[in-house]
Amino acid sequence: MSFPANDRTNLELETPDKPYLDSNELIINMGPQHPATHGVLRVILKLDGEKVLGTECVIGYLHRGVEKIAENRTYTMFNPYVDRMDYVAAVSNGLGYCEAVEKLMNVEAPARAKYIRVILTELNRIASHQLWLGTHALDIGAMTPLFYTFRDREEILKIFEKYCGARLTTHAFRIGGCQYETYAGFEKDVKNFLTFVAPKIDEYETLLTTNRIWLERTRNVGVISAADAIALGVTGPVLRASGVQWDLRKAQPYAAYSEFDFEIPIGTNGDTYDRYLVRMVEMRQSLRIIEQAVNGIPEGPIMGKVPKVIKPPVGEIYHSIEAPKGELGYFIVSDGSTQPYRLRVRPPSFVNLQALDIMVRGMLVADVVAVIGTLDIVLGEVDR
Amino acid sequence: MAEEVKTPAPPPPPEGEKKPAAEKPAAAAPAAPAKPAAPAKPAGPVPVPWTSPLVEKYRSQYGSGLDPLTYLGQNYLSVDRSLIPDILRLLRDEEQFDYCVDITAVHYPKREKQFDVVWILYSFPRNERVRVKTQIADGASIPSSVSIWATANWLEREVFDMFGIKFDGHPDLKRILLPDGWNGYPLRKDYGILQQDKEWVQINLGIESGQ
Repeated sequence: MSFPANDRTNLELETPDKPYLDSNELIINMGPQHPATHGVLRVILKLDGEKVLGTECVIGYLHRGVEKIAENRTYTMFNPYVDRMDYVAAVSNGLGYCEAVEKLMNVEAPARAKYIRVILTELNRIASHQLWLGTHALDIGAMTPLFYTFRDREEILKIFEKYCGARLTTHAFRIGGCQYETYAGFEKDVKNFLTFVAPKIDEYETLLTTNRIWLERTRNVGVISAADAIALGVTGPVLRASGVQWDLRKAQPYAAYSEFDFEIPIGTNGDTYDRYLVRMVEMRQSLRIIEQAVNGIPEGPIMGKVPKVIKPPVGEIYHSIEAPKGELGYFIVSDGSTQPYRLRVRPPSFVNLQALDIMVRGMLVADVVAVIGTLDIVLGEVDR
Repeated sequence: MAEEVKTPAPPPPPEGEKKPAAEKPAAAAPAAPAKPAAPAKPAGPVPVPWTSPLVEKYRSQYGSGLDPLTYLGQNYLSVDRSLIPDILRLLRDEEQFDYCVDITAVHYPKREKQFDVVWILYSFPRNERVRVKTQIADGASIPSSVSIWATANWLEREVFDMFGIKFDGHPDLKRILLPDGWNGYPLRKDYGILQQDKEWVQINLGIESGQ
């Protein structure tokens, strides 16, 4: 078999006057089309054998200019766009955006709308964590959890579909409240789901929590200390697994979260296993919140007093929520017109991904896959 | 500044956007309580001075370079550009603002100093947020805060990528979301929504246009 001449020259490393390439160091490219990068993430790895010496993330393959689009759409028209950022937790994105605009206009959603928002957002948190668990376990080599989690996530998507007609990019909320009243049987569906899914979460745990292979692949892998996590701005389950008990639902409650009783799980080691445990407990805590919300859902209107044309007064606002991935913030500058003058999204995935480098230094290539999984990034949100 | 917006394609926004600009007082009147005689400023809440021990401490130290304000319950400091590295460092070291939530910018093309650079900070011990804002001119640079918060690295790269604001002392200031050779800074107001770097698209993607 013969190679074209110009190809062969690339392979010839021995050039007499230049020093030899250090044969221990190797730079390889992972992605952007790689199943373990959860989308189009490209990671350049500097390796010594199988040991990672350094990484560089190349992102932007999914950049759509969401912030530029926002400046050229009215507040109402931009609402569906936010669903396309973190598309596995579209409800959370919508909640953050609607609340930010409401805050800027100084209006509040009615109590019933807030409860509906909490129920749907927490359902979405469970769905997001289920998707994370399935794909993360698949990356590490456990295939069964994927089928289990997708089977159960389907029930959540069915509730979404019945509520607003969409399964993934739901556009469930409107500025000022919710557009749709709950359908007949909504509460029954949600309660059925609660009794259905609680034993399923135990089932995932029987597959993984004490599984020797799982332990070997996740314990002491991708460790990040609390100090590093804070300095790098890491939020969400990744921060909590490092031992920082901080959750915006408790620290600065929004929607109706101050009315519910729930706990914030934390880890101790800040490794991949702790992050797994934190997310498992979070799913159960979400069930607790949903149970309280669905039992106490008040009667009343679902839309606040919002004018037909959304025109917030001149000013600026920052509002953030605890999305499944971490702190999702919206910084909106209004010039008094119907379109945002500037809208900035503070994406949790983007900021968390920055921690990849210090988490994988000194680890093995296979651990990079585990760490990308445990960071739970969605590239739609990283690139926006 | 709404007149800056160029929306060629969709028909609904121009209607909704031009009318309010022309009839601002009329449209603002029903929403707000009776306050008709406000010619320049539209009705609604206005920023009020922010008073707190933190502010008093630094105001005596820095005087007029610091303008602390509160809007809708959110506090922010408008800071002179020359004070930027000092104030940010003090906020982290002495006031425990240990978490830099976000760094971003806003473009006001008609102003002399065209850009607002905004730091959104949070303190875990105090459970408090504060925003720091400063104004800089086009082409001017600003000290990097990577040495204060490691998270500033990518955030500053994104501001550079989208606005072309340079951060002095940044370890690796290059584009992050757009390709390296791209021309122009998309989040500036003079960059139209349909605009693109045609040359880059033709060379690198081998197509006539990305639209």
